[in-house]
Amino acid sequence: MTPGNGAAQGFDVAIIETGTANLASVANGLRRAGAVPRLACDADDVARADRVVLPGVGSFGAAMQRLHDDGMVETIRDRVCGGRPLLAVCVGMQVLAASSEEAPGCPGIGIIEGAVTRFAGAVRVPQIGWNRVRADGCALLADGHAYFANSYRLIEAPAGAAIATAEHGGRFIAAIEMAGGALLACQFHPELSGAWGLALLRRWLSANGGAAC
Amino acid sequence: MLTKRIIPCLDVGAGRVVKGVRFQNLRDAGDPVQLAAEYERQGADELVILHVCADGANDAAHRETIRRVRAEMSISLTAGGGVRSIDDVQALLEAGADKVSVNTAAVRRPGLIDELAARFGRQCMVLAVDAARTIRGWEVVTDSGRTRTGIDAVEWMREAVELGAGEILLTSWDRDGTKAGYDLELLRAAAGAVNVPVIASGGAAGVGDMAEAIAAGADAVLAASIFHDGQTTVGDVKKQLANLGVEVRQ
Repeated sequence: MTPGNGAAQGFDVAIIETGTANLASVANGLRRAGAVPRLACDADDVARADRVVLPGVGSFGAAMQRLHDDGMVETIRDRVCGGRPLLAVCVGMQVLAASSEEAPGCPGIGIIEGAVTRFAGAVRVPQIGWNRVRADGCALLADGHAYFANSYRLIEAPAGAAIATAEHGGRFIAAIEMAGGALLACQFHPELSGAWGLALLRRWLSANGGAAC
Repeated sequence: MLTKRIIPCLDVGAGRVVKGVRFQNLRDAGDPVQLAAEYERQGADELVILHVCADGANDAAHRETIRRVRAEMSISLTAGGGVRSIDDVQALLEAGADKVSVNTAAVRRPGLIDELAARFGRQCMVLAVDAARTIRGWEVVTDSGRTRTGIDAVEWMREAVELGAGEILLTSWDRDGTKAGYDLELLRAAAGAVNVPVIASGGAAGVGDMAEAIAAGADAVLAASIFHDGQTTVGDVKKQLANLGVEVRQ
């Protein structure tokens, strides 16, 4: 994860370490979308960076613990409340919620109202694979197929947000856009969603001052 | 709605893709990076790379193969073959895998599944099961088919999912590389026994077999020979499956 050269210079993206995320794929996806990804050094770095990615694979509780240990919780909340660019992926999106059924008694960052709950109904869990996403009224998100790998999800949309949805034992929130695209929170993995995912990463970079096409 | 996945599998040894019959008589089938990029272009939903030698995760050259494949791909990559410990999994994830499959080491020490799921999440923890037919059902075989364990394959899957396996990559040892079709009874038994996704592997001769595997309960179908041989493409398979009413991403 070293700085690249030439045209992409300046489209700096700091990735927050949450302990177990598939960082190589996330960094690779951002690089392919035209950014220069690097690991965030500390909370100050996350506060100052032009663009920040909060990835997440694994569990809600472990990710929150790591964010607390690294002093990132307030920093992330301040960033989002200040309308500064943040891309949250999978568990990275879930920790923005108030709580999760996966970790009772462990509060989330609490930017998104509501609780994350486990998939219900006659469906296989985890949800693994490509699901159809509908993105009516979104600016960055488009209709298409996205790659998911999750057992928990949000089902209620926060007030004032544009949302994309998908179906797995009922409708759930596939992604959320807030603050004019500064905050993009995806339950799916844009870095594993082929050309559709790359195009979304490019639009998020582009909407946040990193014209990468 | 979740679509059914088509997953090409690259068996890799010494940096090259190889393919055999019942895990033996391996022959060269191409460059992994080139094949991976080609399969993504054709519409593959994921890719699996299995190291055919037993020491996959400790092999720096193999990790380099994973790294090179990852750099060319924007779809999910599962790595497996010779994975024995948390450190092995960490090394493969750092190289660029999104999921890791565990087989022999988990049979020897089931607690490994629990440890890996706790550390990396169940969606990252794929249990690979090689199952061979017996008079009463199927037994687990390990060490690339060399060891018959006497363990009931369906019971093993049930136990492994309780321990934390998030997905089952189920290979019929009897059908692997034979193009005799997937073992549909095995798939039905597995899909009924566990609630996690089941990937069918071993024996695909064509789209008809894949449609049957999906009807038997498979969430995804894995194939190697028919794609490496150029007999068909992922794109053609998906077109034909869609015509048969199977929901696929096109």
